[in-house]
Amino acid sequence: MELHRDDTASKLGMWLFIFTELLLFGGLFIVYSVFRYKNSQAFHLAAEELDTFIGTVNTVILLISSMTIAMSVTAIQKKNKKLTLILLSITQVLALAFMVNKYFEWGAKIEHGLFPGSSSLADLGHGDVLFFGLYFAMTGLHAFHIIVGMIFIGWIMVYVAKDKQSHDNYALLENSGLYWHLVDLIWIFLFPLFYLII
Amino acid sequence: MSVEENVNQEPNYLEYKSNRKGLGAWIFSTDHKRIGLLYLYSIMSLFFIGATLGLLMKFELIAPGKTIMEAQTYNGIFTLHGIIMIFLIVIPGLPAVFGNFLLPIMIGAKDVAFPRLNLLSWWIYVLGALVAVSSQFLGDGPPDTGWTFYAPYSFKTTTNMLPAVLGAFILGFSSILTGLNFIVTIHRLRAPGMGWFKMPLFPWTLYGTAWIQLLATPIVGITLLMIVAERMLQIGFFDPALGGDPVLYQHLFWIYSHPAVYIMILPAMGAISEIIPTFAKKTIFGYKAIVASTLAIAFVGYFVWGHHMFASGMSTFSLYTFSILTFLVAIPSAIKVFNWLATMHKGSISPETPFYWAVSFIFVFLIGGLSGLVLGALATNVHLHDTNFVVAHFHFIVFGGTGFAFMGAMHYWFPKIYGRMYDTGWANTGWMIFFIGFVTLYLPMFYLGMIGMPRRYYDYLPVFHGPNIISTIGSWVMISGLIIIVVNLFRSAKYGKPAVKNPWGGRTLEWEVGSPPTLENFDTIPTVTRRPYDYS
Repeated sequence: MELHRDDTASKLGMWLFIFTELLLFGGLFIVYSVFRYKNSQAFHLAAEELDTFIGTVNTVILLISSMTIAMSVTAIQKKNKKLTLILLSITQVLALAFMVNKYFEWGAKIEHGLFPGSSSLADLGHGDVLFFGLYFAMTGLHAFHIIVGMIFIGWIMVYVAKDKQSHDNYALLENSGLYWHLVDLIWIFLFPLFYLII
Repeated sequence: MSVEENVNQEPNYLEYKSNRKGLGAWIFSTDHKRIGLLYLYSIMSLFFIGATLGLLMKFELIAPGKTIMEAQTYNGIFTLHGIIMIFLIVIPGLPAVFGNFLLPIMIGAKDVAFPRLNLLSWWIYVLGALVAVSSQFLGDGPPDTGWTFYAPYSFKTTTNMLPAVLGAFILGFSSILTGLNFIVTIHRLRAPGMGWFKMPLFPWTLYGTAWIQLLATPIVGITLLMIVAERMLQIGFFDPALGGDPVLYQHLFWIYSHPAVYIMILPAMGAISEIIPTFAKKTIFGYKAIVASTLAIAFVGYFVWGHHMFASGMSTFSLYTFSILTFLVAIPSAIKVFNWLATMHKGSISPETPFYWAVSFIFVFLIGGLSGLVLGALATNVHLHDTNFVVAHFHFIVFGGTGFAFMGAMHYWFPKIYGRMYDTGWANTGWMIFFIGFVTLYLPMFYLGMIGMPRRYYDYLPVFHGPNIISTIGSWVMISGLIIIVVNLFRSAKYGKPAVKNPWGGRTLEWEVGSPPTLENFDTIPTVTRRPYDYS
């Protein structure tokens, strides 16, 4: 059987997958808006518990990582394998930095008893329970996507190193870029919803 | 037509030898035809379990009080019956079996766009099935919430909910990936000359279905994850004790699960739209109207979920809106029925088994659809909510609609799939008995619902006894018909007369390849010059 390759199909498939991802998060965004509407006062106070500084740093980190992965696509188009790998490595380091920040951020919340199921959170009232439930569910699902993205990018790096992705065959790299932009895009919505609107 | 005409130069897909042997040549095959059959056999095995559970429930209901099982057992059985039948059989159903087998052939392609992803979908399906069924054997007893997993009971019950919910979540992935694959296949792999409006109607309905699979399934995915988080972490979204809202769960659940009904019925309508022109020997009436109504059903179907919740508490405005939209979504379905009937009008009809299934589909689908309007109207809904009327309605649509179309499709494409003909006498006898049994089983449940018998109880008042006896007897008749059909098909797949390329005189591309087709379907990709149902 001759090998059939269709880069347009592969990109179309990725876009469709991105639609489903958006709707997956969409379910949580609906829940967020319903509960924000019902408990606006409590959400307002609970949001002040979050560290806007770490949130901002993580936003900047993700934006830069989106830029580096976009640049890696241009680099591979220009047949510069070394630069492609460097840019992808920077993306990985930035993703890791995001996760480290997340670890400290979550750790601080858990230390203060602000996690679902804790009795001190239950004492604060319904609005706070829901706010932090949403906070952990949404940033947790997002962090899970970061990890999946890191695995995906790592796999692509092996492909680039082995010349399985090259200047005339880089659909997988482009797809991992698309996926990474999606992860970034979701964060762009999570950041104001949790940290900025207070 | 002679048998010689059907002799392929290459081995067909059933005989093809890959570098794997035995079962491995099937369960690791990326051939869309073999994957279609993998789904067929998985679905049939699970249907056997689901139907047995249904029979047991009907037997329990033959008399008031305890007949063969305790209330809790009955709760477990109707839950598993629902999970198996909905998530494992009718949702994958026609797309996974006939879509996989026929979509590439009908649009003139060698395979789907992503064959390996296609195989992965089947593996995910098997994993989801195992996880869902394991809920019966692990932990503290079978889940008892019904297939809808309504909060707050779904996280309060001590039964083994997690595997059931996770199983449904995993199955969602399989469904999404199949949908994604089909959309890309239809966009990229149509044969030269096959413009959108030269595409047969079954691929069209698969296209509409695939979009629903893609855009609605993630919502139920995240909702089921929230139930898992609710049980394991007490996030409180649906728990009133923590400020959550159980009605919100119902909204999220039905935002997917109502469009899911159209995942079930659209490909069924597509199969019927293939069968009727072939046996009426006439171009389908209103091809573009059928296409437009398919897309309209897929689109409007997104906005009617609230009609499952008329008794759950909603604003008056929402009630009116959802009710009106529900009436609107009936119009495209009615257009299709009109088109099928108009296709038969003055056609030269050859009454073969698939045609019988198709006309009986129209009959039961009409009853199912019209009873849906009774439920979509606000006043009658309050009276009939959660009664046997609802059960009768959705069995007429889901089992009568999708099930009859599945059987019709099975008999229609059987010669193509196995390269052999079935015994028409037995097939027709099986159909007749099945049809009589089906109507006897479900029609009394409309009446029972109207006089007030609720659904999902193992017991009932003596006043409901008579119709329940009729209904239970109907279940035995129906299952006898089913056994005849299945045994006939099994025997024929092995011993039937060899089939020719085009036994029914169909005009779509699958009838231009061998029965069974070769591994790559076409020696050279065909160029399409005419419309799909051209009998001129």
